[in-house]
Amino acid sequence: MYRFRAEGPMEQFEIIPIFSLPTGSNLLAFTNSALWMVIGTGAIIVFFFAATRRAALIPGRLQSMAEVFYEFVSDLVRDTIGPEGRKFFPYVFTLFIWILVSNMFGLLPSLPGMPHALHTFTPTSHLIVTFALAMLTITIVIVYGLYKNGLGFFKLFAPSGLPLWLMPLLILIEVISFLSRPLSLAIRLFANMFAGHVILKLFATFVVSLLSAGGAVMLFGIAPFFGVIAVTALEFLVTALQAYVFAVLTCIYLNDAVHAADH
Amino acid sequence: MSVFALVTNAAAAAEEAQAHAAEASSAGLPQLDPTWWPSQLFWLAITFGILYWLMSTRFLPAIAGAIEERRDRIADDLDQAGDFKRQAEDAESAYNQSLADAKAKAQAIAADTRAEMDDEIAALQAETDAQLAKQVAAAETRIGEMKAAAATKVGEAAAETARAVVETLIDEAPTEEAASRAVADAAARPEG
Repeated sequence: MYRFRAEGPMEQFEIIPIFSLPTGSNLLAFTNSALWMVIGTGAIIVFFFAATRRAALIPGRLQSMAEVFYEFVSDLVRDTIGPEGRKFFPYVFTLFIWILVSNMFGLLPSLPGMPHALHTFTPTSHLIVTFALAMLTITIVIVYGLYKNGLGFFKLFAPSGLPLWLMPLLILIEVISFLSRPLSLAIRLFANMFAGHVILKLFATFVVSLLSAGGAVMLFGIAPFFGVIAVTALEFLVTALQAYVFAVLTCIYLNDAVHAADH
Repeated sequence: MSVFALVTNAAAAAEEAQAHAAEASSAGLPQLDPTWWPSQLFWLAITFGILYWLMSTRFLPAIAGAIEERRDRIADDLDQAGDFKRQAEDAESAYNQSLADAKAKAQAIAADTRAEMDDEIAALQAETDAQLAKQVAAAETRIGEMKAAAATKVGEAAAETARAVVETLIDEAPTEEAASRAVADAAARPEG
């Protein structure tokens, strides 16, 4: 009988270096995380290259899909930021598609017998990655907000039309809420990916343990098996939803930067 | 193997898995180990940067171009369809106009003809009436003459008869003049 091997739920998040850069240092080594970033980005590039290679009046299947993505994000940017949001559209689009693909590729099954370094990996399940993306958004918000509005950007923290005695309290709350934005952005995405994969792994571990027990006990593996299927379906929803949420919040924050002085 | 043994076996396997987990977590969450943060940031920057560059310079403009072109084309086609529709409407109104003209003309002709015929009929009728009136008048005149002649003749006959009767009765014939006077008187006397 085939002996199934069960791993702990955290091993899937381990970073495993594949090769070092010629600098000799391991600091910027190419890891499994980097591999899946490259696979995801490469897939996006191949897809969009194929979709836009022969941009036709009557779109083919790929072009239709690309246009659906385009219109979706374009509508999102226009509805949230308005016409001034046009210049942020490539950023929001790249963000959305990159997060979507890296979330979703993490749900691909690993090929059995592969070395650990080549197992499926979700780059967005690492806080540092989501935090970097969140900081990128917040940096754009602050830099563009200051460039566009000058000191008027700080009106963001002082909503107009409030009694003066409320101001100190409100400014404090607004500043804290602004500072917590990158954290909430980063942690929301990271935690969703992390928790989803842990749950998947736990269910899968039950299945493997019960199946490897053999005999009648294997029957108890049926429930967690369908649990894995259900959670996988749910995770597909979560991957898309979290990419969307990240894009929407980015748009909302960019809208603050664009319209800070109008407050 | 008894069921009990199977269950303990499974429990052992689960324990082993938990031990694995504990081993992994004893080293801390892999996410919180800063060893690989620079590498992750580095490769994130490279992949995200390349993707952003390709998106903003190639892919998105291409898609935007295709969508724009289609929108223009559709707008053009709609314009053209609008033109065609307008032309069709013009043609229809021209047709309706000529139809109305023809109808009006036909009605005018009919009315003219009717009026002409009415005039002709009236003229004919008037002519006929006049002729008939003339004939009636002539006939009446003749009847009047004949009546007068007849009345004279009756008077003469009466006077003749009266003279003959008187002559027979008294053997003396009154003069013609007296007889006719007497007849005239008798005729003038109201009857009864």
